Amino acid sequence: MKKSPLSQEFIINTIIKSSGYSAIFFVGIIFYFLISQGLPALKMIDLTSLTSTRWYPIEGYFGILPLISGSIIVTVGATLIAVPFGIGTALFIAEIAPRWAREFLKPFVEILAGLPSVVLGFLGIVVLSPLLRNMLNLPTGLSAFTGSLLLGAIAIPTIVSVAEDALDAVPKEYRDAALALGATKWQTIWTVTLPAARSGVLTAIMLGIARSIGETMTVMMVTGNAPVLANNLSVFFSPVRTMTATIAAEMGEVAYGSAHYHVLFLVGIVLFVISLIVNITASAVVFTQTKRSEKLLS
Amino acid sequence: MDNNKILVDNVSLQYSDGTESLRNVSMPIIANCINVIFGPSGGGKSSLLRLFNRLNDLADVIHIEGKVLLDGEDILDPSCNVIELRRKVGMVFARPVVLPMSIRENITYGLELAGEKRSSRLEESVERSLIQAALWDEVEDRLNDPAITLSGGQQQRLCLARVLANEPEVILLDEPTSGLDPISTLKVEDSLQHLKKEYTIVLVPHSIQQAGRIADQCAFFLQGKLIEHAPGYVIFTNPQNERTRDYIEGRYG
Amino acid sequence: MTFLTVTPIFLVVGYIIWQGIPAISWEFLSGFPSDGMKDGGILPAIIGTFYLTIGTGIFAVPLGVGAAIYLSEYTQENSLTRLIRIAIINLAGIPSVVYGLFGFGLFVLFLNFGTSILAGSLTLAIMTLPVIITTAEEALRSVPQAFRIVSVSLGGTKWQTIRRVVLPQALPGIITGVILGLERAAGETAPILFTVAAFFLPRLPSSPFDATMALPYHLFVISTQVPGMPIKIQFGTALVLLVFVLSMNLIATIIRYRARARRQW
Repeated sequence: MKKSPLSQEFIINTIIKSSGYSAIFFVGIIFYFLISQGLPALKMIDLTSLTSTRWYPIEGYFGILPLISGSIIVTVGATLIAVPFGIGTALFIAEIAPRWAREFLKPFVEILAGLPSVVLGFLGIVVLSPLLRNMLNLPTGLSAFTGSLLLGAIAIPTIVSVAEDALDAVPKEYRDAALALGATKWQTIWTVTLPAARSGVLTAIMLGIARSIGETMTVMMVTGNAPVLANNLSVFFSPVRTMTATIAAEMGEVAYGSAHYHVLFLVGIVLFVISLIVNITASAVVFTQTKRSEKLLS
Repeated sequence: MDNNKILVDNVSLQYSDGTESLRNVSMPIIANCINVIFGPSGGGKSSLLRLFNRLNDLADVIHIEGKVLLDGEDILDPSCNVIELRRKVGMVFARPVVLPMSIRENITYGLELAGEKRSSRLEESVERSLIQAALWDEVEDRLNDPAITLSGGQQQRLCLARVLANEPEVILLDEPTSGLDPISTLKVEDSLQHLKKEYTIVLVPHSIQQAGRIADQCAFFLQGKLIEHAPGYVIFTNPQNERTRDYIEGRYG
Repeated sequence: MTFLTVTPIFLVVGYIIWQGIPAISWEFLSGFPSDGMKDGGILPAIIGTFYLTIGTGIFAVPLGVGAAIYLSEYTQENSLTRLIRIAIINLAGIPSVVYGLFGFGLFVLFLNFGTSILAGSLTLAIMTLPVIITTAEEALRSVPQAFRIVSVSLGGTKWQTIRRVVLPQALPGIITGVILGLERAAGETAPILFTVAAFFLPRLPSSPFDATMALPYHLFVISTQVPGMPIKIQFGTALVLLVFVLSMNLIATIIRYRARARRQW
């Protein structure tokens, strides 16, 4: 028997193989690029200046801390809102709602996930912000609080999807066992189901946090964009600036090669690294549970 | 006498999960008859079958030695053209797996893989192989229906026709009637009796009774080793080996 | 608690529809902006988003589906595939604005494509890659292994098996994933901020090297940067973007349901 014509498939096999490696390639060049454009900032500006508390690039103040604090405030606020609503909804869908309702609710969550962030930001400016200003008697409706509300809304679908999957994956036998021992539905949920799905639920929360940190447009539109370092709680109701909004707002106006240009890349590196850490930690948990990785990206 | 279609020469085979599947097996497969390989489960029967069309290339084999000669050529040799081999040696599986296409497309699939494009040849092969598999009468006016609409027995005969369309020389069948009702089982066994005149059949039966009904040549396997090899009627009336006898009489299984 | 989550969606969509409908007219959809954007239509933005979505697809789909085929059909789980999967997770986690930064630096400046549809599409494509790879791989893996074994036993090569059996069966799932990925790309603003988006460009783009208007960016600018912008036009733009995005969602859902009903296994 002669040699098989598998050599004819060599080309297509090579193409497919290269596609497979492409993901690694892209992460690599993104990382390389960010580093190469961001590190010069450290040479141009000394570290004390970078860790100062004023971000005012026009006059040479490149203190990153207010930006980091802005991102943290808004993310914390968003998480405080998103976690109860998100886990609650996930519990409802997975444990309490009847079958037919689930077919109805899951697409809804998907739709909410698909809403462009700029649309939510738009509604934030036009509707939410004046509403809050009047209701709470604030000098401005564009604040960290408004941002948190909207970011929370954006993070909820992510949390719901992943948490719902995790709860669904808890074997029926666990619940049956608890009920057979006389537990009520709620007792079962609190003492058995939720702890069993604990790692999946934690993953969901972490992914929600990651989503909030990385969100750009919504925060840029409603948080008022004032890079002020937080020193007391009232800042929650006044304008702040996040790292993401800073990059988005100022990138268009920098001169290539200037200190400002490089510092923005540096901020990008900080964002990249934070998101990396959160996502890898979350995924390490997910791998051990062999979840459907599709949900990671909702 | 060289009507050995296949000659297994001292073959040993081991999978990565540690199960040693075949141990020093040597046996002939005689041309133009029904060769039956039977024994309790785990005995290595399926592994041996999959050796003949190199289908265990897909599995995690970590150790293999020996030769398997098809018409004198060693098919375990790396230079062997595996694609050609699989056309020559076709296989019918335990569960009928019809491809998600129409009946006609299922049958022409193998020929199209080989590059056959002439519709006359394809049409002719569809009719021929369906007749050989005793299925033509039942499906001739619905060849374009999805194959999944056939009954279990019909699907299995379709799988047989699918293999026949490739014009093989050897047909391997791994418990082909295990999911079928008795009538479909008899139809398949009947077809095999006709087919053996043109092809060499190697069959793993799903019951001893089936082996008793149709075996021309018989090989008894236990835990990866060939225990006894003899013509069918000999093994079932007068088995030489005590373990063979015990198994046939149902003392274990 | 769930109703608090669900009802706002109705409210949001309903409100936008209610406020936005007055602005919708044929002139709005097909005309060009005028009077410093305060009047006229948004056709260039619609066309721009359309081109960007297609451009993203052209780059992301072959690469993404190819990678999915590689992961599903060509390899077992080993350290190399785990590395690839980690890379995919990383790509998925990068904030959209960092993609914009990267795209700006690499495609616009370094490779000198300028602010262009090409730069924007490439940036969005890399961003969309994880979604496509993940959903495509899942679609491929859902095809029963038995089909592959049968195909190989009849003399098929790996690629023949993929092309003739596995891929066609996985196609609805792959298409659904692609549409959902592109839907996200269409609604994104940050990655296109400095890679392709132009504000007042009252003509249609004529080559991939042109900058263009785009719906998300347009909405952003008219709601934050233009004083005296009629609120009606803002809502109208938001509505058009919403319809664009949600109709893609609808198409993907329909494909998914129909494929499930017609499955032959």
